[in-house]
Amino acid sequence: MTAHAPVAGSPLVNAVSDTSALFGRHLRHLVRMPEKLLSVTLMPVAYVALFGVLFGSAMQVPGGNYQDYLMAGILAQTMLTNVSATALGVATDLGNGLVDRFRSLPMSHAAVLLARTGSNMVLATLSIVVMSAVGYLIGWRLDNGVGPALGGFGLLLLLGFTMSWLGALLGLVLRDVEAINSVAFLIVLPLTFLSNAFIPLSGLPAWLRAVCDWNPLSAVVTACRQLFGNVTGPLNDSFPSRHPLAMSLVLTSVLLLVVVPLAVRAYRRAVTR
Amino acid sequence: MDVAIHAEGLRKRYGVHEALRGVDLAVPTGTVLGVLGPNGAGKTTTVRILATLLNADAGHARVAGFDVAANPREVRGRIGLTGQYAAVDERLTGRENLRLIGTLHHLGRRTARTVADDLLDRFDLVAAADRPVKGYSGGMRRRLDLAASLVARPEVLFLDEPTTGLDPTSRNLLWQTVRDLVGSGVTVLLTTQYLEEADQLADRIAVIDTGRVIAEGTADELKRRVGGERLEVRLASPADARTAVKTLNWIGAAAVSEDRLTVTVVLPPGMHAIAEAAAALAKTHIQVDDFGVRRPSLDDVFLTLTGQGTQVQQGRAA
Repeated sequence: MTAHAPVAGSPLVNAVSDTSALFGRHLRHLVRMPEKLLSVTLMPVAYVALFGVLFGSAMQVPGGNYQDYLMAGILAQTMLTNVSATALGVATDLGNGLVDRFRSLPMSHAAVLLARTGSNMVLATLSIVVMSAVGYLIGWRLDNGVGPALGGFGLLLLLGFTMSWLGALLGLVLRDVEAINSVAFLIVLPLTFLSNAFIPLSGLPAWLRAVCDWNPLSAVVTACRQLFGNVTGPLNDSFPSRHPLAMSLVLTSVLLLVVVPLAVRAYRRAVTR
Repeated sequence: MDVAIHAEGLRKRYGVHEALRGVDLAVPTGTVLGVLGPNGAGKTTTVRILATLLNADAGHARVAGFDVAANPREVRGRIGLTGQYAAVDERLTGRENLRLIGTLHHLGRRTARTVADDLLDRFDLVAAADRPVKGYSGGMRRRLDLAASLVARPEVLFLDEPTTGLDPTSRNLLWQTVRDLVGSGVTVLLTTQYLEEADQLADRIAVIDTGRVIAEGTADELKRRVGGERLEVRLASPADARTAVKTLNWIGAAAVSEDRLTVTVVLPPGMHAIAEAAAALAKTHIQVDDFGVRRPSLDDVFLTLTGQGTQVQQGRAA
């Protein structure tokens, strides 16, 4: 018996083909897991409706209405859920031996993680579309033109992509579902609530305001509000508040550049126990 | 003779635990090496190093002509690995799983398709081919898993406890597949806790315990190492075990089974001891259900070499 001759290809061509094959795997998962589709559509919609209507009735944002203020925050917060979603998926592959199988194949290692984090962006895009539609229904408008708005959505996806890679790293290191849920919660909760996602920061004590200002999520949210032409609320005179777009791009990119090599390294060493 | 798997002085440490303490192996091309040992002996660690999943702390290994540490990619293109888990994607169908592996081996779309179809047929999975694996039985999953490790027609196949928890039908199919593969020139390294499996499939057996190969040879060679034939006396009542041992002890150290119903003693060559033993037992009041001579089994080998046979014997009975 002779081995099947592999079709010759450069490493790059092979890596692209590996990624697209595994991307197909994840897309099939999406189609076959309607419950997952529900969690990325119904849940965010519930958030928009609940926060928009409930908080909106009590909160005042100087210069505009709360629905306008809320949308960028809630979209950004939804991107943070990529941490646990990716971590749990990676841990599952690790637990049932699939990582061992993939690692014993003559394929690109980065492709495995890139396909997973990339396919999560399909879900993230879907969430953004559905939430934006619901936002529109409760009165949210994009008042700054199509180009900047698309830029805002791109910034959200960059945040989601970074969080997905962070999740891949967590999943490979922690392995255990309960540990992943706890750690993801510990990361996502302060990121969400020590930010301007839901409330203007002007009423906070100075030290807490500084913490919130430097939170990357605050920078992303403020940048999105500006790109969407939404009300930003009163901004502090801090560096991140004055340069939210540059700040958000730098913070997320730096985090991404740190997390990607760490995750790929962890993958190369990961074995099922 | 060509050597398909060659390992020398493999060491691996996890914290304070030394999983491997210098493992040497040599498997000629086209043969089966059975690696036999209790849980935690280092079988899986050895396989993972040879399959490029783990780096050894010391020592080196060549698989299919390539060094596992220096040329992992070359090795990966030539091996198949079936671990203790059915490493298949539950949400994909059987066919999709095999095509995915074919694509990741860069076989090209068309070849990946035909290989998947052939393997589904060969492993009796055609009827279930287009159902998600989630609904497969344990045996079907393991068959698909084995099929997945054969997608690229590997030169060397690693089977890490492939029949643990497998039903007899699937086990027999797997055994037959291994024999066919070896017949076509594939080299197989098989770890197992089941002595019967090693006896059935392996050309040579390496007994591994606490991270070291403690014996290596053919099944017959290993059996010879633990002495000649055994006299086995089956008692009607466990109460007689002590008397039986007293009666037979002059031949050699008599061993009593856990249920105290079987007394075993290693025989010296010739008929004399057997005749004497029969006569001596007849003079006592002991009721003997069965009196027989048997050749040493691999259980005896394991018991003698590692001093912990019961775990393996239980494993075999399970």
